[in-house]
Amino acid sequence: MTNPGGLRSSFARIFLRSLSRINSGRVSSSRGRTLPKHRSISIAAYASMASAVGTRRAWSREVLRRIRRGGARRASRRTSEFPVGRKGRKEPGNGKKLKKEAGDGNEGSSIQGMRKKLRRLVPGGEGMEFHRLLAETAHYIKCLKTQVGVMRSIADYYTPV
Amino acid sequence: MSSRRSRSRQSAGSGITDDQIAELVTRLQQLLPEIRSRCSDKVSASKVLQETCNYIRSLHREVDDLSERLSELLATSDNAQAAIIRSLLTQ
Repeated sequence: MTNPGGLRSSFARIFLRSLSRINSGRVSSSRGRTLPKHRSISIAAYASMASAVGTRRAWSREVLRRIRRGGARRASRRTSEFPVGRKGRKEPGNGKKLKKEAGDGNEGSSIQGMRKKLRRLVPGGEGMEFHRLLAETAHYIKCLKTQVGVMRSIADYYTPV
Repeated sequence: MSSRRSRSRQSAGSGITDDQIAELVTRLQQLLPEIRSRCSDKVSASKVLQETCNYIRSLHREVDDLSERLSELLATSDNAQAAIIRSLLTQ
């Protein structure tokens, strides 16, 4: 599918540039709010990865969109992890969903629950067909792994031995 | 969530078969670190999805931890910019 070596170097290049920008204090924080440094770095990481991927993936488009809209909270995937209030709705709905998944053979209710969780975790996953969501998830995980690998290498590089 | 209709396995209106979905789930499974080592045939789709969610969350946590680490390291390193350029060349 994609060339992982190319993705890794693209991401590393963009991310390192952002890092040096952050380090020299030239960070543009929208709305005049000053972000804690680690927050800027984590956002830069997601933004760099989305930039490296480009717009050919729905999730990267969504990440770039969120970041351009501005605001740390939006750009962070944390918004998708705050379904605390909404999660309660899943429980009473399970009985109905069980009937729909009757031909499943698996535990129908938990698949529906997992689908919902997945939709929230993967950026842009809300409006997708399920098969599309699975494909996006696979790519998203691959890129996240690359991202973590590069960040770890950088951190190891700087750690005083 | 009006897409619930199309999400049901029984609807083949969009041309997506159960097999394709199963194949995608298998592909996802390959990416997950834990399940790969176990016997892959017996893993149910819901388990794969669950592990996927957990895995994504743990990756997010790792990004956060690494960001914290990097922010501390960059703060203390005074020739950070030169070192960054150096690491750029050695990538």
